[in-house]
Amino acid sequence: MAKPKIAFYWCASCGGCEEAIIDLHEDILKVAELIDIVFWPCAMDFKTEDVKNMQDNEITVCFINGAIRTSEQEEMSKLLRKKSQLIVSFGACSQLGGIPGLANFWDRESIFASSYGGKCPSVDNPDGVVPQEVSEVPEGELYLPRFHNTVKTTDQVIDVDYYLPGCSPAPYLTMQAITTILSGDLPTKGTVLAPNKALCEVCSRNDSKPEKLSIDKINRVSLVEVDPEKCFLAQGIICMGPVTRSGCNGENDGRCIAANMPCRGCYGHPSEVHDVGAKMVAALASVVGLEDEEDMSEADVQKLLDQIVDPAGTFYRFSLAKSYFRRKIMTDSKEEK
Amino acid sequence: MKKIGVFICHCGINIKDTVDVDRLTEELADYPGVAYIENYMFMCSDPGQNHIKDAIHERKLDGVVVAACSPTLHESTFQTVLKESGLNEYQMEIANIREQCSWVHTDIEQATHKAKLIIKTAIEKLKLNESLYPVSAPVTKKALVIGGGIAGIQAALDIADAGFQVIMVEKKPSIGGHMIQLSETFPTLDCSQCILTPKMVALSKHKNIKLYVNSEVESIDGYVGNFNVKIKQEALYVDPAKCNLCDDCTEVCPVLVPSEQDEGLSWRKAIYIPFPQAIPATYTLDVENCLGLEPIACGKCREKCIAEAINYDATDTIIEEEVGAVILATGFDLYPVENIPEYGYGKYPDVITSLQFERILSATGPTGGEIYRPSDGKVPKEIVFVQCSGSRDPEHHLSYCSKICCMYTLKHAKLYKHKVHNGQPYIFYIDIRAGGKRYEEFVQQAVSEEGILYIRGKVAKIYKEGDKMIVIGMDTLSNKKIEVKADLVVLAMGIVPSEGSHDLVKRLKINTDDKGFLSEAHPKLRPVESLQAGFYLAGTSQGPRDIPDSVSQASGAAAKALILLSSDKIYHSPIIASVDEDLCSGCAICVGTCPYGARELNEVSKVVEVNEILCEGCGACISACPSGAAQQKNLTDDQIDNMIKIIASGK
Repeated sequence: MAKPKIAFYWCASCGGCEEAIIDLHEDILKVAELIDIVFWPCAMDFKTEDVKNMQDNEITVCFINGAIRTSEQEEMSKLLRKKSQLIVSFGACSQLGGIPGLANFWDRESIFASSYGGKCPSVDNPDGVVPQEVSEVPEGELYLPRFHNTVKTTDQVIDVDYYLPGCSPAPYLTMQAITTILSGDLPTKGTVLAPNKALCEVCSRNDSKPEKLSIDKINRVSLVEVDPEKCFLAQGIICMGPVTRSGCNGENDGRCIAANMPCRGCYGHPSEVHDVGAKMVAALASVVGLEDEEDMSEADVQKLLDQIVDPAGTFYRFSLAKSYFRRKIMTDSKEEK
Repeated sequence: MKKIGVFICHCGINIKDTVDVDRLTEELADYPGVAYIENYMFMCSDPGQNHIKDAIHERKLDGVVVAACSPTLHESTFQTVLKESGLNEYQMEIANIREQCSWVHTDIEQATHKAKLIIKTAIEKLKLNESLYPVSAPVTKKALVIGGGIAGIQAALDIADAGFQVIMVEKKPSIGGHMIQLSETFPTLDCSQCILTPKMVALSKHKNIKLYVNSEVESIDGYVGNFNVKIKQEALYVDPAKCNLCDDCTEVCPVLVPSEQDEGLSWRKAIYIPFPQAIPATYTLDVENCLGLEPIACGKCREKCIAEAINYDATDTIIEEEVGAVILATGFDLYPVENIPEYGYGKYPDVITSLQFERILSATGPTGGEIYRPSDGKVPKEIVFVQCSGSRDPEHHLSYCSKICCMYTLKHAKLYKHKVHNGQPYIFYIDIRAGGKRYEEFVQQAVSEEGILYIRGKVAKIYKEGDKMIVIGMDTLSNKKIEVKADLVVLAMGIVPSEGSHDLVKRLKINTDDKGFLSEAHPKLRPVESLQAGFYLAGTSQGPRDIPDSVSQASGAAAKALILLSSDKIYHSPIIASVDEDLCSGCAICVGTCPYGARELNEVSKVVEVNEILCEGCGACISACPSGAAQQKNLTDDQIDNMIKIIASGK
């Protein structure tokens, strides 16, 4: 019997998710024995034509990482959807938009102006050349993919079967996902293949949280000495752990927590959370100044909240593209179809 | 999918004039989930209710949306309709298209459109409604009364007479409160002690009442119907069971302390009985002023006590009691007179407070009821009474009217005239507030027959000249400065919540108003209930009031408590918080946000649990929960989401 065929593809991503596959180490050999990798542009030389020539549904499962930033990524995702029985949205950028999704606070024009218009100190572009979709050269026309105004998640472009969260997904979860899929005992469509409880569940610092958590000052890791054993929120440091799935480090403390850094939220939200940022804002608003609530004026509260630097980037660091808002408001004429 | 019936009410013309109910009925007929729709003139009428019942049976409906007035009005009416039709009452939703639509709009097009959106949100919410059942818990058939003044005494007696156990906690060594200090009471001029002491005796002899004096409530845990009370009782250095009231101990006690009962106008010993009719009838040792509980330091009283009632080794005890209901009758104190330095209280002995004057008038007071002034024991020939001392002065003192001062001042003036026939009382007043049964007659009689002089105006300053007190004020009727030379000045002090009540209500998390008086659940319709279930209010703890009002309110509070105590179970709305154990990470952010102490982290399962009886369904924990594990029953994030989507779509 033919081995199941697996594909990996990357869209708008940093390459960390590719690394996460390599991080399977020897386990990748076990996987390789059981499967045929039929497409993995980062590691092996395949061409788009190879995929086009496949039968529909020929690929058993395709792992797509990265967000959808360009027309090429959109086309490739659609092509892979057609050729694959299952699509796994792999990593935070694919699932939630990730760091590239933060570009939704701008649009194509302002990004180009910033990157090519002389504002970027590392770019030497005296003529102000901006990438064109079609360029005339002596040999003929050259094409570049279209740069969309809005970064999208994979499931905003194609139908997705499962999600592997994280920036990047933990190798053990990837291995579990592959094994589960190969076993044929498939979970419900749409399942996120990671624990559904928030990170506090496994956090060794959770017990250090006071019974009545009340934040009277917002601190930043760069400006205070962080107690390595105390809950970050109890230290006034914004930690996205309570609104973020656990699983990045198995049953142990989260990977960032173990490095004495607060959770940034890359594992995305538990199933019942509709909007990560809104949930975290509501949670924080519930405990900021809680102890002295009755004695605080509106101005006191505002002063406390003003201490939060870059709230949008903090609360929606990985999830802006998947949030209720999705992006900064644009006039209709600018938004592509 | 649920088969939903939609019933649109015209409310006569209230809705129909602004909302096109026929068009709504037509347009919503095809909305997903709607199995039946109609409109009718008055859905709340009997025929209207029957329309719903018939439709439920004939169309086999699973749920009902009634588009009508605010749910505060007819929610229970329509819930009953569902119950009577065999459906769970929580499968009914009200779409408020009257208060929130027809009454506030005039444009029929827009109002009809808005009504449609409101009804659609109700349909969307109903689709995900669970069938719920009221939460129930047993009731501990015992009440706690905090405070042993007239209000507490009345409430305790009423509950005990109804056959239920009562625990009374009083901070002082005897019950009786302020009423036992008073001489006569207005407007009948009957003797305060004479009418109060029979009640005190009845309380002390009542088989259903257990009294703890020298005691304070430390904490109340648990929930309505099932409270666990911790009472701290100060050490009983004198055993009430052994004390034979012989008074030998006070004779040998070398310590003199200003008497609380006489408001500092007389002295008592460090071992003493607060007043002859004290309940419990026992001497008490004031440990703060006693020379030291050490035979070496003093020890005279113990030597002298033939009953061997005195035990210097007694210690404070913590008593635990379980009760179902709590009556708060924590009483009042006078507004601190030192806050009004221009009246010279403390500087001049002949400027006294109203309660001090009560003691001077009282037959059991320091002067045996004869009127002498404190400085030199002379009979005052002229007395100035200063009403609103501290009251009705929002810029400097209390903003409110203390309600009882007009009447007790008049009583003071009358009693003075009865004792000193040639004396002249002057009363400075802002208004005379005599709203009460026979109060106005009391005033008129005094003015026409007793020669009491009323001066309309406020007193600016009081000082001494020779042996006279000079009272400077403004007569606001003649607009002239006025100066009265008096032998004695009585300040009719306003009243404030008792000092001890502030800490107590904080510990018990009882709501108070901005003045510190306990808040009632509704100013008109629930005046004797606290917002915290199971707590009831009596007497001046809730606001200034006189004796008849305190007694009526105490009986009201007792009646409310009795409703609770006489039920076998208490029921509670099931629209409360829930926790999905599979989602809760135990982050416990929610725990501190609960104002009712209804959430707790289970240290074993590491999951937060909700005490369903304590939970009032306020939703604070729901918004605090970062993981979506906390959901309000029948108001889940999914439901709210779906409702918002309808409104946001505008379609």
